[in-house]
Amino acid sequence: MRDNNVIETKNVNFYYGDFKALTDVTMNFERNRVTALIGPSGCGKSTLLRLLNRMNDLIAGTRVEGEVIFDGTNIYDPQIDPVDVRRKIGMVFQKPNPFPKSIFNNIIYGPRLSGTKSKAELEALVEKSLRQASLWNEVKDILGQSAMMLSGGQQQRLCIARALAMKPEILLMDEPTSALDPISTAKIEELIEELKKDYTIIIVTHNMQQAARISDKTGFFYIGKLIEYSPTEKLFTTPSVKQTEDYITGRFG
Amino acid sequence: MIEKTHTSIHYEKELQEIKEGLLYEGALVEQAIEHAVRSLLERDSDLARTVIAGDDQINELDEKIEGACIRLLALRQPTAKDLRLIATTIKINGHLERIGDIAVNIAKRAMDLNEVPPVKPYVDLPRMADITREMVRESLDALVNEDCDLACAVREKDEVVDNLNEQIFRELLTFMLEDPKTIHRALMITQISKNLERISDHAEGIAKMVIYMVTGKNVRHLDPGEGI
Repeated sequence: MRDNNVIETKNVNFYYGDFKALTDVTMNFERNRVTALIGPSGCGKSTLLRLLNRMNDLIAGTRVEGEVIFDGTNIYDPQIDPVDVRRKIGMVFQKPNPFPKSIFNNIIYGPRLSGTKSKAELEALVEKSLRQASLWNEVKDILGQSAMMLSGGQQQRLCIARALAMKPEILLMDEPTSALDPISTAKIEELIEELKKDYTIIIVTHNMQQAARISDKTGFFYIGKLIEYSPTEKLFTTPSVKQTEDYITGRFG
Repeated sequence: MIEKTHTSIHYEKELQEIKEGLLYEGALVEQAIEHAVRSLLERDSDLARTVIAGDDQINELDEKIEGACIRLLALRQPTAKDLRLIATTIKINGHLERIGDIAVNIAKRAMDLNEVPPVKPYVDLPRMADITREMVRESLDALVNEDCDLACAVREKDEVVDNLNEQIFRELLTFMLEDPKTIHRALMITQISKNLERISDHAEGIAKMVIYMVTGKNVRHLDPGEGI
């Protein structure tokens, strides 16, 4: 099974200044699987997610110890360009954040920056990405209109399409449905099930039922530590650690 | 280890209520078995009638507990040990309700037998009834105390009851061979014995669910002692 790991962290510690946000996290993520990270606010799950594509580099005063191995190399190696990393490891955020541009231009923004110029190629990419994000049928006739006129759920799927247009290997999702209504949430969840055929997905969610519904494996974090990491079905029916059980059954404090 | 309670006090209370409901149902069922068997041993048909009448209350409780479990599943999305408790409660509730029905069957047979002279003094049947009732009580004690060892002990006793059932049948067979006039009465007694044996199976079923609730392991199709 080792070959199936697409990305793994080895003894990772992470600091915001003096504050240690993650302690000795060793965790592997399997290819074409959905992995959910759960835990109370401030447990380090979003920090870990952002660390997987060096998004935390953008925050001043942060420091990483340990290794994050992706495609056989440590992405924190000084010779690695973080922009390259983020191209291969895409991210979708909590609140949909489309660019104030047309739907079409939202999708081609990244690919064009990284050198794709041919119009035909870009058009094909727009259709493919939107289809993958289950948005094509809803927007195919209004590609020239502003992305800002789409509903919240549509905007979020546009952001997923935009991430997919870069042909990433991994898709990181940071609470992608917390700002959406139940129907849009169901559409995104359905989409995640579809996308795992082609991508590896790592999702942070506060909604435990969501983790239970869509993920193959779940990691539970508490105060910066990975407490339990198991197949989702096991974690939600017979967790091995008392702390996990207390959290998922709602015995907090 | 200190057991934490739910942040939601209502949820905690609802879980507590289904557990208490189950125990109350268990107490009623235990009493029904005891009265049904006593109505036979003491030839007390009035007592048998109270068993038959009392089954309504068990049935009501059965519906109430199941309804509460379904509601909790729908509204609370329980996980881990809460989920296992609710799944277990649904099954145990079914077992108890069936035991109640079987006690009614025993009471009915007892009323028929009370109308005719006894074939022989009852020796093994009261023993069997005591063990069976003990199994029901212990399986519920195991539930309350989350006691896997006790649940396993209940499972072991099922074999004792099975053997008694066969022994009673063999003995009655000799009476039937000797005197065909006893056949009708003897058959009714074997039915009661068979009924007690069924109750013991249900008690074993409850014990198996307790093992699942505590360990998360399904031992329903394994022999006692296996898989734990």
